[in-house]
Amino acid sequence: MKSDILKIANKKFKSRLIVGTGKYKNMKECAKAIKISGAEIVTVAVRRVNILDKSRPLLMDYIDPKKIMYLPNTAGCFTSKDALRTLRLAREIGGWKIVKLEVLGDKKNLFPDMIETLKSTEVLTKEGFKVMVYCNDDPLMCKRLENSGASAIMPLAAPIGSGLGIQNKINIKILRLQTKVPLIIDAGLGQASDAVQAMEMGCDAVLINTAIAKAKNPFQMAESMKYAVISGRKSFLSGRIMPNLFGSPSTTKIGLI
Amino acid sequence: MNKKNKIKIVVNGKLLTVNLKFSLKNLIEKLKTPINKVAIELNEEIVNKKKINKIFLKNNDKIEIVHFIGGG
Repeated sequence: MKSDILKIANKKFKSRLIVGTGKYKNMKECAKAIKISGAEIVTVAVRRVNILDKSRPLLMDYIDPKKIMYLPNTAGCFTSKDALRTLRLAREIGGWKIVKLEVLGDKKNLFPDMIETLKSTEVLTKEGFKVMVYCNDDPLMCKRLENSGASAIMPLAAPIGSGLGIQNKINIKILRLQTKVPLIIDAGLGQASDAVQAMEMGCDAVLINTAIAKAKNPFQMAESMKYAVISGRKSFLSGRIMPNLFGSPSTTKIGLI
Repeated sequence: MNKKNKIKIVVNGKLLTVNLKFSLKNLIEKLKTPINKVAIELNEEIVNKKKINKIFLKNNDKIEIVHFIGGG
């Protein structure tokens, strides 16, 4: 069987599960959950070094960026200016060019500010970044992002950390039809079946943080998400039967007594 | 303490007093920062980490030192 490879900005990945590294009890737990999930890409945030407490553990001591690709994000940025500053700094830490852009517009629902997001995508692309963009599920805005050179379109399923699952399946289906770059569901997934659904709809990957990190057993949930993504992907590739309102017996009538 | 020989700088929002002719490299060493795991900004301009020994700090300079932490 031909191997099923995910390609983002010319980089190849076997796993279609991308995981976040936030909200874990500690870095040890985070590193273990990531290992179990089988993810090859993890999102990371850029923050000030604590200059008063030098003994605090560093993320890089627990998750080796040579073994797992770091995807720097702009979590917490509400303006294009802040997002650009953050990603330029991220690149400076060690040459990261593939980045995740998210410019938030509302503190309560954490929906993206698409005007600022589009503006930032244009600038970053011109500066040579490969930009994976967190966005809403509006096909028109997503098309604009793609036309501006986005390396991946990452619509939300529901608000970040909400665990509500895919709320607007029609838009995701439209996005699947129109999007030529990887389409990755980012934010809002809560359980394994949500990930299966996203993959069965033909999405190229999913990004999950809270659903794993805040599960009562993050390790078991990490494993569950790993298999959900594999299962959903295989189901999508298998070519499902058409749904039918009426029954169709599984056993032949020939030889019936 | 002779104040003439001291300057005040702000590092990650914290006020620090250092000697005159204090370089960015001196600061990184003083803070024991692993240089390969951080990025540095001086007055909102990104600094080339290879040149920090040639950059001398001035009074009221604002320095930001950032690294990666867990995030979604």
